[in-house]
Amino acid sequence: MKIYSFVGSMEYEEQQYPLSLQQLLLRDSKLRNTDYVFGVVIFTGHDTKVIQNSTDPPSKRRKVEKKMDRVIYFMFCILFLMAVVGSIFFGFTTKDDLDNGVMKRWYLRPDDSTIFFDPKRAPAAAIYHCLTALMLYGFFIPISLYVSIEIVKVLQSIFINQDIHMYYEDADKPAHARTSNLNEELGQVDTILSDKTGTLTCNSMEFIKCSIAGVAYGRGVTEVERTMSRKNGPALIDNLGESPDRNVPIKGFNFTDERIMNGKWVNETNADIIKKFFRLLAICHTAIPEVDEETGNVSYETESPDESAFVIAAREIGFEFYKRTQTSLSMYELDPVSGDKIERTYKLLNVLEFNSSRKRMSVIVKDEKGKILLLCKGADSVMFERLAKDGREFEEKTSEHVHEYADAGLRTLILAYRELDENQYKEFDSKFSQAKNSVSEDRDTLIEEVSDKIERNLILLGATAVEDKLQNGVPNCIDKLAQAGIKIWVLTGDKMETAINIGFSCSLLRQGMKQIIIHLETQEIQSLEKAGDKVAIAKASRESIRYQISEAAQQLTASKGTPQQAFALIVDGKSLTYALEDNTKNMFLDLAVRCASVICCRSSPKQKALVTRLVKSGTGKTTLAIGDGANDVGMLQEADIGVGISGVEGMQAVMSSDIAIAQFRYLERLLLVHGHWCYRRISSMICYFFYKNITFGFTLFLYEVYASFSGQPAYNDWFLSLYNVLFSSLPVIALGVFDQDVSSRYCLRFPMLYQEGVQNVLFSWRRILSWMLNGFISAIIIFFFCTKAMEIQAFDEKGRTAGRDILGATMFTCVVWVVNLQMALAINYFTLIQHILIWGSIALWYLFLIAYGAMSPSFSKNAYKVFIETLAPSPSFWIITVFVAITTLIPYFTFSAIQMRFFPMYHEMVQWIRHEGKTNDPEFVAMVRQVSLRPTTVGPTARLAAKDNDLRDSVTNHG
Amino acid sequence: MDLDGGNLSTVTTGVQAIPIRSTRHGALYQFTQQNLPACKPVLTPATVITTFLLMGFIFIPVGFITLRASISVVEIVDRYDIDCVPEEFRNNKVAYIKDDSLTKNCSRFLKVLKPMRAPIYIYYQLDNYYQNHRRYVKSRSDQQLLHGLGYNDTSSCKPLESSHDLPVVPCGLIAWSLFNDTYTFSRGPTELKVNRKNIAWKSDRDQKYGKHVYPFNFQNGTLIGGGKLDPSIPLSDQEDLIVWMRTAALPSFRKLYGKIEEDLDADDVIVVHLKNNYNTYSFGGKKKLVLSTSSWLGGKNDFLGVANLFVGSFCILISIVFLLLHVKNPRPYGDTTYLSWNRKIVAS
Repeated sequence: MKIYSFVGSMEYEEQQYPLSLQQLLLRDSKLRNTDYVFGVVIFTGHDTKVIQNSTDPPSKRRKVEKKMDRVIYFMFCILFLMAVVGSIFFGFTTKDDLDNGVMKRWYLRPDDSTIFFDPKRAPAAAIYHCLTALMLYGFFIPISLYVSIEIVKVLQSIFINQDIHMYYEDADKPAHARTSNLNEELGQVDTILSDKTGTLTCNSMEFIKCSIAGVAYGRGVTEVERTMSRKNGPALIDNLGESPDRNVPIKGFNFTDERIMNGKWVNETNADIIKKFFRLLAICHTAIPEVDEETGNVSYETESPDESAFVIAAREIGFEFYKRTQTSLSMYELDPVSGDKIERTYKLLNVLEFNSSRKRMSVIVKDEKGKILLLCKGADSVMFERLAKDGREFEEKTSEHVHEYADAGLRTLILAYRELDENQYKEFDSKFSQAKNSVSEDRDTLIEEVSDKIERNLILLGATAVEDKLQNGVPNCIDKLAQAGIKIWVLTGDKMETAINIGFSCSLLRQGMKQIIIHLETQEIQSLEKAGDKVAIAKASRESIRYQISEAAQQLTASKGTPQQAFALIVDGKSLTYALEDNTKNMFLDLAVRCASVICCRSSPKQKALVTRLVKSGTGKTTLAIGDGANDVGMLQEADIGVGISGVEGMQAVMSSDIAIAQFRYLERLLLVHGHWCYRRISSMICYFFYKNITFGFTLFLYEVYASFSGQPAYNDWFLSLYNVLFSSLPVIALGVFDQDVSSRYCLRFPMLYQEGVQNVLFSWRRILSWMLNGFISAIIIFFFCTKAMEIQAFDEKGRTAGRDILGATMFTCVVWVVNLQMALAINYFTLIQHILIWGSIALWYLFLIAYGAMSPSFSKNAYKVFIETLAPSPSFWIITVFVAITTLIPYFTFSAIQMRFFPMYHEMVQWIRHEGKTNDPEFVAMVRQVSLRPTTVGPTARLAAKDNDLRDSVTNHG
Repeated sequence: MDLDGGNLSTVTTGVQAIPIRSTRHGALYQFTQQNLPACKPVLTPATVITTFLLMGFIFIPVGFITLRASISVVEIVDRYDIDCVPEEFRNNKVAYIKDDSLTKNCSRFLKVLKPMRAPIYIYYQLDNYYQNHRRYVKSRSDQQLLHGLGYNDTSSCKPLESSHDLPVVPCGLIAWSLFNDTYTFSRGPTELKVNRKNIAWKSDRDQKYGKHVYPFNFQNGTLIGGGKLDPSIPLSDQEDLIVWMRTAALPSFRKLYGKIEEDLDADDVIVVHLKNNYNTYSFGGKKKLVLSTSSWLGGKNDFLGVANLFVGSFCILISIVFLLLHVKNPRPYGDTTYLSWNRKIVAS
């Protein structure tokens, strides 16, 4: 778990050397300016970070499947009940047949019977009968449902794989459903746990804006601005869109401003400061330039991508840094007046390095004129307090700009400088080298103290804003997902500041949202850390975390009265360690669930997995994890659904994922369209399956009532066995594969539809039981109408009466008609395929009856020529079929008509809108859609709404 | 209903425009993109009301037609199982029916209330008789009926597979329990001719019962069940047996006995001479004699007509109620209190 520290020692020639993180080369490290190093490979195999952080992949089982199991148990109970009731009746009637040697139903020869019908052993006969009945009513347990579901899921997966809207053309990568098992789970996701780097962002930084001398420069449009403007209205897009004459985009540079570009900066009022600003960018860094010998182009190798963004920015403006030696930095400066390149070399005196507590870095250089300069860049929180009294000229403006940039999710740095005279420097240098050379434990502290003293009285130049480039379409996607009511948690290994920046740029955070930050950077703990008492640290940390969580929970409770207030929870990795401990984790989860967004930074892969597990088991809702790197594997495996991004970071994530997509933005379509459809399809399919089997099975039971429960089925054996295979299964599969309540367009326009899956309204017990009830009602109507209509009288003009064969075939015809027509009524999407399968199934039954009846009587038994000779020529057969089939559907039809008209479900409202062609009426659509915004919703739309609210509030307050 | 297909997203979904491909309108493309042209029915009030009205307007006339057919049938039903037992045996009917020494002759007088046109079908009706009992239904051998003694595997016929160590043709409980009451009819002094041919289905006579299979060793056991068969007539001509062997679906059933091919006038009195042989007394069944004409729809049964009329009127009623509700209530657009998740939020 300790990925940020390393402690070791090396014995060499009987002397011990301490080893720390500095001596450790991590995987992917490159050797520069050094010919070779000696090294020992450590942490290999099972000791690698990946393995150490891996968790055992749990087996994933779907919620719908689990519920289906419970439905099956329920059905089994009904089945058993029916069998037992039948057996009891059967036992009594059988016993009754032989009364002291006197036969009652003599035609059954009860005196000379087998065990199955023996009145002398009636209890045994009843038990055997129970087994027969279980077999006979076995239709209540739809075995073929499992097979059908498997078929349907494979086909659904093919649709996901084939979707052109999830095909990433640049990398030639389609979506890939690696298991077909979780399709409908995609429609029930409650929480998304997302990795940041490579998933939300591209891991590339772009210099996009800057504020120099209190003037904001940079016309580049950030992703946030673009999204927000799109939400405001489509007209703005064109104005804000990138200027068409942009040259080939330069990686890391997305800055356009005609006031500065192409040397125009000399005409600005503060040209001098602008020059200093970019010079600082060109010098104050640790980048190493690489000159391409053929083209003369310079590229940079840097510790972090934002640093290279600065150097590149300076280069593009005309301050091209091209050479670094141990003691000097060289750059070309473009003289805007003459257009010549002037070479400048600075003597590098000292580098005061960046670390997370200092939050700044400085270089001390001597320019060609011998002037000593301290150039410093750092976070606003530490920089503003270090400015000199006369260096605060632009402070107010700059800080305003910085605030704006931060809100847009940009990473900001303040640039400032200071001139040192010779004496000052000498004093510093001696102290500094002394501190550097000390071998005591508090060497770092000493260095820090010395640096701290020199980095004062700075003169402010301005601020930079770097955009951590989001992947294409991420804010929009997040907006849709948030509107769909899905909670999004970001789990990242990055620093807290970065994570918060991304939170802003993804609109997961916004101004006015209360940030609850849980961390362990308190003085108390830091001092304990210095003391090094591990037990005490753990104890103090634990207490601190508990305190912070309960404090935050109180805040949340207190704010319940003000519905507009949204909270965001930000936790760092160290705190997470304690928050995830058994006795605090429920408190933590409780708090997190009540917050609008949750960001966990500095978290290790194992912590990601643990958080995922906590959400999954703690809330009982479906979780989806999405990530692209090896560090996300644990999370992907732990979540109900793991989505891997098949990006640049290798294949580990994809290999352990359930579904692989090429871009984060495809998640929108994957969930809102495919997830919604699949969930809908599978749940309707299961409900329908139970319906159709109950309809069929219950007619068998009702017939038993009239056959003294002897176990004689109403239908020919072949009818029984082919019912599920031929006459009713194909339309169900079509339902499972093709049905759409609304088209993909509307799924995306009305993301609230997705909540039907999250709330599981389509597979609730109420719905399942309603369908079952429908089945029982249908069976009762079919049975009684058929038997009453055929009763005892002549069946046709020739005076012959209807026997078992005729009643059976007629009833079966009715059942086939009813279940198929019911299907036609229930589906919302009638393509040619549905028509073929539904009407085909009915036609197939008649064809089967003809074909089967044409076979020899020894095979076809009582169905011999039953259609051609008896049923077809008789008008009463046809009238009964049509009448019974339609009448049976009236209850369902009435019910759904009333529901559709008076109590429409959300998808039915959307269907109304589509049907009435009101999709282009914005007011109307907004009315249906309004519900999708709640105060806790995040995303650009919600952000805009919150902004409007704030404006309105401030207007009312002032007025 | 509206047709909506092939129309790709024009909404700003963040999905980039996809280059137009030549396969765009191909059926396979539409199939894989789940974008096939489709009919998307919506249950609008107009559809619902029209459908109900339509059903009503179809069912009501059909109801009238079928009811008329049923009413046109003239039927005389006479229960005789009690009246044909002499007074002294009324308390022990089973003993009476089992006593072979007694003659079971009985006469019934049936008054024709409405004129009946030929052919008049004669049925016997049994109640509480489980011809659909599993043991009973299975107790036959179709192969033997077709091939006679040449077919040996008649285990399904147990316990009436053989008697006196000789196979029985036709074997099984069904044949053994053959109905054996007989009827003769006369109007005044003249006897009415009863045609007992062509009462079974043709396919049964031709393909299920052998033309050269003769009854053998039938009703020869210790326990005599029902009727006997003439051993000189092949099974395919024993139409009584064929009708009886086609088992009934429900415990009350009629079977065709024969046809009277003369018209009967109103107020005619038919005298029936019957032999009351068949034992329904031990299980409390009833026996009835039925004379009935037929219509194009079959025999007399008002159910289909009445049900049609009832369902038809019900449909019209629903459509009216629905119409009224529809006019009175505005449609709940945007009123999302119906959404279950909103309900949940309100509740909490």
